[in-house]
Amino acid sequence: MTNEECKQVVIDIIAEIAPDEDVSDINPDVALREQLDLDSMDFLDIVMELRKKHGIEVPEADYGELASLGSCAAYLTPKFNALV
Amino acid sequence: MERYDVAIIGAGMSGLAAGIRLAHFGKKVCIFERHNAPGGLNSFYAKDGRKFDVGLHAMTNFVDAKSSKRAPLNRILRQLRINRDDLGLCPQKQSRIAFPGVDLRFTNEFTFFVSEIERVFPSQIDGFLSLVEDIKNYDNDSLTGEFVSARKRLRLRISDPLLENMLFCPIMYYGSATVNDMDFGQFAIMFQALFLEGFARPFDGIRPIIRLLLQRYRETGGIRKMKTGISQIIAEGNKVSRLELDNGEQVQADVVLSSAGYEETLEMCSPKVEFDRSTYDDRLAFVETISVFSEQPKSWGWGDDTIVFFNDSEVFDYQSPSDPVDLRSGVICIPNNFEYGEQGDLAEGVVRMTCLANFDSWDLYSENEYYEKKDQWFDSIWKASSQFLPKPESNPFASRIAVDMFTPKTVERFTWRKRGAIYGSKEKMKDGRIGFDNLFLCGTDQGFLGVVGSMVSGIAMANAHALR
Repeated sequence: MTNEECKQVVIDIIAEIAPDEDVSDINPDVALREQLDLDSMDFLDIVMELRKKHGIEVPEADYGELASLGSCAAYLTPKFNALV
Repeated sequence: MERYDVAIIGAGMSGLAAGIRLAHFGKKVCIFERHNAPGGLNSFYAKDGRKFDVGLHAMTNFVDAKSSKRAPLNRILRQLRINRDDLGLCPQKQSRIAFPGVDLRFTNEFTFFVSEIERVFPSQIDGFLSLVEDIKNYDNDSLTGEFVSARKRLRLRISDPLLENMLFCPIMYYGSATVNDMDFGQFAIMFQALFLEGFARPFDGIRPIIRLLLQRYRETGGIRKMKTGISQIIAEGNKVSRLELDNGEQVQADVVLSSAGYEETLEMCSPKVEFDRSTYDDRLAFVETISVFSEQPKSWGWGDDTIVFFNDSEVFDYQSPSDPVDLRSGVICIPNNFEYGEQGDLAEGVVRMTCLANFDSWDLYSENEYYEKKDQWFDSIWKASSQFLPKPESNPFASRIAVDMFTPKTVERFTWRKRGAIYGSKEKMKDGRIGFDNLFLCGTDQGFLGVVGSMVSGIAMANAHALR
């Protein structure tokens, strides 16, 4: 999986959790919270959906790695690739 | 023995919401419900072929789709992955707090309520606006917190006792389990639910909401066992190991969420848990009358009010009465008076009237007396309540086609809430903990009330105790 594909996985999850948010133009270098109306419960849902849909575990200590789309990709892509 | 990741006691709003969350994320969940119908305190029934809602006057916490995503309604829809349009919510027309000679009207536009306060209590408006700021700044998400007297907090801002009582009347009626005062946190939640947000109702009442929740629960793979009560929660030390069902079967669960109520849940525990049963005496109960008409209430001049909270003197007394029913105050709901838009009018006219009641009186009647008293009080409640509505232009009774009434006994019989206390214990366990490692409360006694509040509770407790 590439970084770009990984970003798309996260975008798809956000679109499902928050169908009323515009996810078409997210800046990967800016915190998701600053661009979208997401709260800590929504981030919990992103973590839970990653586990449910893709078998990816994000320990609570690492939640900060999900702050922006870019940091999500950097953190999650190796995890996805380790699954294969 | 069947084993579940999570067992949920009660298929009410909180249990269903918790179940959807947990099943969606792959937990093996089973909801156990003793009654044959889901919905809990917001259920439904049929009598002589006519459908009735149990408790729903209006769904509180109504906000429109564009408003804050933090609003409880929008938040639960997100967390349950429910499409808002599927609820088909229709906003209220207008509601009213009616005291002798004084009316405060409110709608789903908070600015209108502010203008009403300014009109009726010009000297109180600055204090009122400061109170609103206090409420908005109050941390509703905190799962801990000591009891703070709402009366005392309010008096820092509001000096006119009439306004104080007029504010407490609807808020207590729509969700206080404590006598004549309440926790400020609870007050803030209810003030937000009633005034800062508002009232709405699906055209078909509570059923479409329950249907939607059941459908989501089924889709996510949740299991539901109806007419299957839990008779015992069997613990070893601080850990619940098994649940015994009414039919004697046992099941295992890693986590148990109970919406049965605080004391009701403790009563189920084996070995026995000691707790103070004297608090049962303080529990608040209500009667509700339902009158059905072939005509629309607007045809006799009752077309404006959605809900009326009334009180016949300047002082509002919210406690268990010594009489079977306290006729001095109450709530009138006219479900016809929501903005149903293209759906038109409800097929029949409906007027619901609710008053405080004394559980023991209703409990001690013989069967014959019970029905006789119901009829008598039905008429008294109608007389007392209808004084707060406009004088009818024609006689409503000419088109009355059905009536029903429920008492605290009815509530106890179908919900297993001790003393029919719809708002539960005066103890609220905000973190859901009741002394066990894997048994937690959700629903009314966790501290959230109403259709939306109960779902907030179910979701919060599922997130906190069964998902991470």
